[in-house]
Amino acid sequence: MSGVPLEKPGRAADASQPAIAVRNLHKSFGHNEVLKGIDFFVDPGQVVCVIGPSGSGKSTLLRCVNRLEEPTSGEVLIEGIDICDPETDLDDVRSRIGMVFQQFNLFPHLSVLKNLTLAQRTVRGRGKEEAVQVARANLAKVGLSDKESAYPAHLSGGQQQRVAIARALSMDPDMMLFDEPTSALDPELVGDVLSVMKDLAAEGMTMMVVTHEMGFAREVGDKLVFMDGGVVVEEGVPAEVLSNPQHERTQAFLSKVL
Amino acid sequence: MKRTTKRRLVVWGVNLGVLAAVVAALLLIDWSAFRANFWSPDGVAGGDSNWGDLITIGAVNTVKYTAIAFAGGLAFAVVLSLMRLSPIATLRWLATAYVEFFRGLPALLVILFMGFGLPIAIGWNPPGGVVGAGLLALIMVASAYMAETLRAGIQAVPKGQTEAARSLGMGATSTTFRVVLPQAFRIVIPPLTNEFVLLIKDTALLSVIGSTFTGRELTTVARDFTSSGVSAGTATSLVQAALLYLVITIPLTQLVAWQERRQRKATR
Repeated sequence: MSGVPLEKPGRAADASQPAIAVRNLHKSFGHNEVLKGIDFFVDPGQVVCVIGPSGSGKSTLLRCVNRLEEPTSGEVLIEGIDICDPETDLDDVRSRIGMVFQQFNLFPHLSVLKNLTLAQRTVRGRGKEEAVQVARANLAKVGLSDKESAYPAHLSGGQQQRVAIARALSMDPDMMLFDEPTSALDPELVGDVLSVMKDLAAEGMTMMVVTHEMGFAREVGDKLVFMDGGVVVEEGVPAEVLSNPQHERTQAFLSKVL
Repeated sequence: MKRTTKRRLVVWGVNLGVLAAVVAALLLIDWSAFRANFWSPDGVAGGDSNWGDLITIGAVNTVKYTAIAFAGGLAFAVVLSLMRLSPIATLRWLATAYVEFFRGLPALLVILFMGFGLPIAIGWNPPGGVVGAGLLALIMVASAYMAETLRAGIQAVPKGQTEAARSLGMGATSTTFRVVLPQAFRIVIPPLTNEFVLLIKDTALLSVIGSTFTGRELTTVARDFTSSGVSAGTATSLVQAALLYLVITIPLTQLVAWQERRQRKATR
């Protein structure tokens, strides 16, 4: 299993607080209750994978973590900070949570380099030179140094997703959220993205990954959470949950996808 | 008969018919009378021809007024469109009322109101004189249309773009101005060009409120030449003005079409 270090080098994360703590989270869209009381934790340096059938609420849970969705009730704490507290500077908290979307969501009107520098400059207040330097370092990390002047439309899906990861990393986030990052990719492009994510995990990045990639969950994840019908049905060490699921809903789901 | 043969015959039939009609018209027209009324020699050539004033006063002012009305209208339209999409109901309601109001009125009426009604009613001295008041009217009307165009453009930008920007910690304002609006503008370039061309033509409405001699736009200059000058009593100056309008509008629509193609190549 992955020997993930608990402390990240060079970052003063408060190790006594969970990176993400979700308590009794409810979320309804109209009369449709999508999350029915979720308790969910990610410790600093941990990689937590969330699996489950479509409509299980796993993406909604992830989107509540940086409040792209407004929780109906319950508590979401990021490094101990309540993100629903009106006193909280939500933009500041968000800038420390990298997010990677299923549909990449790169800014199509900006070059790759500008995609990576825009938020650094407007949010982090970095000068142009520093922002470009950080951007280039992160592009190199995802293996796309030669694409900095390309526009997103000229990149393959896998390249776009790696740029999206580099964009999130350029903010020097404390943690990363991945919302089905490989689901929109052609099968032959999935590997490149997963290997970038593996490298990140190996560096000790705190990660919450909603995914259908069971291989990734088994190999890289420290914890696997299975959701169905808006509740956490089962969670544990990935290899154990995957090979010996305790709950019959988990068994039924895994028998279909494995 | 094969279908392609039949189709070819129909096409040729149509072509021949059109050609026959054109030839007949050319033969039947009384060319000297036609020329005297629409292309009077004194009006179109020589040192005293209409071209001088038509171009240096009329066309120049038309372009100037259009630019002012478009820039003003667009700036106001950005505000209006953002108000229409605001989470604050009062702002939405205000913008909707404004847009519905000015889209429902003839531009000519608004120009007359601003040019003659308002200055007298409230003792207002419009900047730039009566023409200034007329331009303000054009801005008010144009912004209502452009606001709707822009709103559609903003709504056409995928929600994921806003989410990506916000998830990076960007605030609502920088998300709007750095991420959403640049993409919205790109989407609405074709309909905005349309607004621009409509506006060029709407500046002709300013001819109803009068202006200084050198402040006249193209249609006013042309109209004045129908009753005075070397081609008075003929429609020559109107034909000349028509040509000048086309010289302005056609390159413009072509330029934007070209830009659009180039941009699509770059970003898609």
